[in-house]
Amino acid sequence: MFAPYLQDAWIAASLVAIAAGCAGFFVVLRRATFAAHALPMAAFPGAAAASLFGFSEAYGLAGFALAGVAGLSWLKRRQRGDSATALVLVALLGLGALFLSLSGHYAGAVEALLFGQVLGIGPGDLPPAFAIGLGVPLVLLLCFRPLVLSAVSPELAAMRGVACGWIDALFLAVLALAAAFALPITGALLVFSLMAGPAAAARTLTRRPMAALGLSVALALVTIWAALALAFLTDWPAGFFVGTLSAGIYLAARGLRRR
Amino acid sequence: MFPAGFFDSAPVQTALLVGGGAAIVSGVTGVFTVLRGQAFAGHALADVSSAGGALAFLLGVSPMLGFLGLAVLGALGVEALSPRRAGERDLAAGIVLGAGMGLTALFLYLAVTVKGTSGAAVAVMFGSMFAIPPSVARLAALAGAVALGLVALVYRPLLLASVDAELAAVRGVRPRLIGLLYRLLLALAVTLFAMTVGAILSTALLIGPAATALRLARSPGVAMALAAGLGLVACWGGILLAYDSYNWMPGHVWPVSFFIVALVLGIYLLAGLLPRKAA
Repeated sequence: MFAPYLQDAWIAASLVAIAAGCAGFFVVLRRATFAAHALPMAAFPGAAAASLFGFSEAYGLAGFALAGVAGLSWLKRRQRGDSATALVLVALLGLGALFLSLSGHYAGAVEALLFGQVLGIGPGDLPPAFAIGLGVPLVLLLCFRPLVLSAVSPELAAMRGVACGWIDALFLAVLALAAAFALPITGALLVFSLMAGPAAAARTLTRRPMAALGLSVALALVTIWAALALAFLTDWPAGFFVGTLSAGIYLAARGLRRR
Repeated sequence: MFPAGFFDSAPVQTALLVGGGAAIVSGVTGVFTVLRGQAFAGHALADVSSAGGALAFLLGVSPMLGFLGLAVLGALGVEALSPRRAGERDLAAGIVLGAGMGLTALFLYLAVTVKGTSGAAVAVMFGSMFAIPPSVARLAALAGAVALGLVALVYRPLLLASVDAELAAVRGVRPRLIGLLYRLLLALAVTLFAMTVGAILSTALLIGPAATALRLARSPGVAMALAAGLGLVACWGGILLAYDSYNWMPGHVWPVSFFIVALVLGIYLLAGLLPRKAA
């Protein structure tokens, strides 16, 4: 399980989990669950576009993710947040369906980008993993106060001179870029599950922001480690274990709180 | 105007029928969904139902059963997890979505290893409009009729609860029961679409026409009729364009879902150019 050829997988997945646990805390706090799901999903047609027009996959993913952020920021002014997110998501996925069909030879990669191939991670995946594992927590912690304040009390934040619209766009852009980097490593589904379950569980267990943030990262790490080990032992996809384990952790946290 | 053989082709007839029925049901359900701010729940149920599609593919049973079964299970799951506070509803949908997508990953993996088939992921996610068997079409028509009957039965309390929950409670509407009925309705609508345009893009027909109609129409009833009509135009237009696209690049058909989404969004953006309704 810890054979040398799997070490890269453990390192990269742990880094992604740190970033996801950290981002997830803000996602839950800011009620941006749908956006957190939509941005990775919206990014993945970028890979299809890249293979169709022949540019680098990383540019395609990042371009689509940022296009999603721009569309979201624009549409949110004229539509309720959840409907706006849905419309942006389907717009990019519709394009994805077209690119996918036109490029033809791409079908097998859909599954990889959606569900990931964690045990197939190689040394080439480490630089982007380090970039998000260190970059996402750094940026989010630097903006900790405005991010929390504008989520908890927009009026107070506005009074203190925080530009809520810009903070929101910045937060979504961080999510989008992190998703774009993480997609080829772990897949869209895994990134989202790691952001939702552990962070929601942490917030159920404690209301203190810093404790919840730490707990969220810790639970995300536990989830990904357990999922990797189970995936290795059973040969089933890691995405399945991450999805069910994060839901299980959330349920367990709610059970603990009720007692 | 119509390409030769368009109406004679049996797959096209089935696609027009199922797609049209789905557009009507989704238009009606979508208005409630946009009013209640449940777009994420709708999208999550579509994704979760795709796990059922994958499971049905694996077991070799009717895809309709798989999609519908998992959508209903997902609806019950979201309902059970939903906290009383409205603001964190999206979280429940997210948790169910994560678990459901995990199941999809597992079923697709098993489909590949046990049955030795690939390409199931694309069919489940992006739909197979021109490959709907007639038996499924009959089941789909039944599900659509049940959904519309359900709306007719609880129209007033559901609308009241969607627009003003407190007033509804005062009038004696039971919010949990109505919420559950609404989620079942959503599950039915989502199933119809997940099978036709695919799990992911069903969101387009649920939210797009309804959001457009709510900008234009003055009353919810009119909005529902308008949403159903717009959905129908987008759906049938998409099928026609996809059929016609065979002639654009010889031998290559563009995906139906692309055309439907493009039409839905085009209509939405055009409607944005019109002056807003006097509220």
